[in-house]
Amino acid sequence: MHYPFDIPILEDDAGIKHVCYPAKKRDMSGISLPVERVPNWQEEAIKIFDELLGHYKELRVFMDTCVRCGNCASACQFFLGTGDPKNMPVARAELLRKVYRKYFTAAGKLWSNADEAVELTEEVLDEWKTYFYQCSECRRCSVFCPYGIDTGQITMAAREIMARIGVATKYVTEVVHKVYQTGNNLGIWPMAWVDSSEFLEDELKEEYGKDIRLPVDEKGADVLLVMPSADNFANVNTMMGYAVMFYAAGISWTTSTYADEGGNFGMFLNYWNQKRVNQRIVTAAKELGVKSIIWGECGHAWRAGFPFTNTFNKDMDMFDPPYPKHICELTYDLMKKGTFKIDKTANDDVKITIHDPCNVARGSNATLRTGMFEWPREMIKMTANNFVEMHKDCIREKTYCCGAGGGMLADEIHELRMLGGKPRAEACRATGANYLATPCAICKANLPEVMKYHKVPAEVGGIHDLLLKAIIL
Amino acid sequence: MNLPAILFSLIGWASMFIFVFGLVYRIYVYAKTPAPLRIPVNTPPTIPGVFASMAIEVTLFRKVFKTNKYLWLIAWAFHAALLLVLLRHIRFFVYPVPDWVMFFYYSGIYAGYVMLAALLLLFARRLYAERNAYISLPIDYYMLFILIAIAVSGLWMNYQERIYLVDVKAFILGLFSFRINAPDMEPLLVLHLLLVFALFAYFPFSKLLHAPGVFFSPTMFQRNDIEKRRHANPWDYEVPSEPYYTSENFEEKRTDQHPEGIIYPAGWKIKAEYDKYKKGD
Repeated sequence: MHYPFDIPILEDDAGIKHVCYPAKKRDMSGISLPVERVPNWQEEAIKIFDELLGHYKELRVFMDTCVRCGNCASACQFFLGTGDPKNMPVARAELLRKVYRKYFTAAGKLWSNADEAVELTEEVLDEWKTYFYQCSECRRCSVFCPYGIDTGQITMAAREIMARIGVATKYVTEVVHKVYQTGNNLGIWPMAWVDSSEFLEDELKEEYGKDIRLPVDEKGADVLLVMPSADNFANVNTMMGYAVMFYAAGISWTTSTYADEGGNFGMFLNYWNQKRVNQRIVTAAKELGVKSIIWGECGHAWRAGFPFTNTFNKDMDMFDPPYPKHICELTYDLMKKGTFKIDKTANDDVKITIHDPCNVARGSNATLRTGMFEWPREMIKMTANNFVEMHKDCIREKTYCCGAGGGMLADEIHELRMLGGKPRAEACRATGANYLATPCAICKANLPEVMKYHKVPAEVGGIHDLLLKAIIL
Repeated sequence: MNLPAILFSLIGWASMFIFVFGLVYRIYVYAKTPAPLRIPVNTPPTIPGVFASMAIEVTLFRKVFKTNKYLWLIAWAFHAALLLVLLRHIRFFVYPVPDWVMFFYYSGIYAGYVMLAALLLLFARRLYAERNAYISLPIDYYMLFILIAIAVSGLWMNYQERIYLVDVKAFILGLFSFRINAPDMEPLLVLHLLLVFALFAYFPFSKLLHAPGVFFSPTMFQRNDIEKRRHANPWDYEVPSEPYYTSENFEEKRTDQHPEGIIYPAGWKIKAEYDKYKKGD
């Protein structure tokens, strides 16, 4: 289950030094959160906690049902990496649960031991700040919990309580604020987005001698592509892969400078911001008059996009299908039909393995042997000859997080990210692969550093990168 | 009719009352609390599929089996034995006694030993591994201790201190028909019953809620059919949006500050804070 690791020896407070910077006032006000800690924050926090307990079945049930069997203990990559006992999912959830017991259960109010029910003090809040931002909400623990307790949901609740009393991290709030200002997580201004798209068009012209377009804000296109903004700047091969795919399939598509971001960092703060980020995309799709919304290669973007977009936006029926579709599904369907001419030998120089992004594997349409487990795998098999799987305990629904999900791609916790990525690095090393394909922008940002840190000679790239290399136009 | 008997019956009624109403209330709260977002974790896409996977989970503990075979063996043995022991106890609650109950009455005694052994192992594993000891709370040990004490006293009564069954049965049937029948107050029996009463009374407030709770766990009971059905959030509220722009008219439409008329979530008083901040900026 915890392959390829032995369970680390517990080391108290081993992870306590990895703390994110507190949020800036500018960002907090920009995303409608209190700019500083509200004066009576304990009272407020308990009030919000009460509200959340009434709003979320999962929180209500998960607070009561844990029996502390320890089955999840070694499931968390941050525990495996740091050895800090508070990073065991059950111990992390206990941080919230012990406050729950104090204020919301008869037993906790009447009679309680010191470690079972505690008041919400400054020390407890400090623990929350540290350890709820050492959870990437990857939900690996929920796969092992016999009651399906998802510590990711507990982390989300704790972060919402903290955010609404004015405690959040700089990285997450900054990113959400950037979305409201510029439409994407990276803070790329619309003009720069157009420039970058044109630059990629030039690149493709040089490479293939064809006018392959990366349209921006085009009314009347059939498809709105909502990709992680990093694809247009950092993972350009993936972006060019999309463009070439659309070109070869003859589909008219566009990106929108209003919604050039699939990722939803509001998910790591509170419901309000999550919904606000999400509805931009549907607004853009309606304004542009597209027929379908296609999501790019991104992990938590897909989680926030696929199961939640319908809930956040009432009128999705105008789109076909009435829910966001993943680009891998589209490309896979086209490939199966034989739309593209593919030269598999172009990818012979790499030995490929696949990393299932956590929020794709456990947050969407990936059930048993279908959906987002199979599409990328089939795509790789159709574009390349050398494909190996990692150990069965760390792929598909049991996949590890890259170490930076859940709004943890901040520089100040670089070491924690590297430690959290260790299980993935070791599993990759065991396969001997030199190309780690993954449909996720956060993974593509963190895993190269992780591979370097753990000295695994593997390059990290997207699924469409391979198509780009192998396709014959 | 004597005072201890009255007292004892009252304790029994109180614990049954707390158990039944506490549990019903808990289940009511679980059932009525909305699940705003769809969060299934790799569940099947159909209702029968979810039923099947849930049934396998609660009867065979599949997730534990896949992860930790030792824990699975102990935990499953305990729960199965507990079931048999409870079936054995039907003997004391019904009159006349059907044949199938008698079958469990005779076989249940072996389950009692299995249950005791499993409980001791569960206790030991909390102490054995460092990380299990770390996550174990005092209440986890108390709970095991109470169960062990119940098992030991029950088994002891069966083999060593044979008690007069007719009296016990009269007392229990009395409890259910709200009459006070004085039982033969064997100390061991009193202990056994008091512990059971305590456990029942504590059930709706404790981690024993995992039994009903598992059926309300959204990651397990929600179907994975996002393509087929829209999931509505009953407490959804409106959230403001920035005006739509394209790359051409971005400079006119851009809003770096809040759009006016912003809707703040309930209990939130930051408008004043924000105005103050804007002034100071």
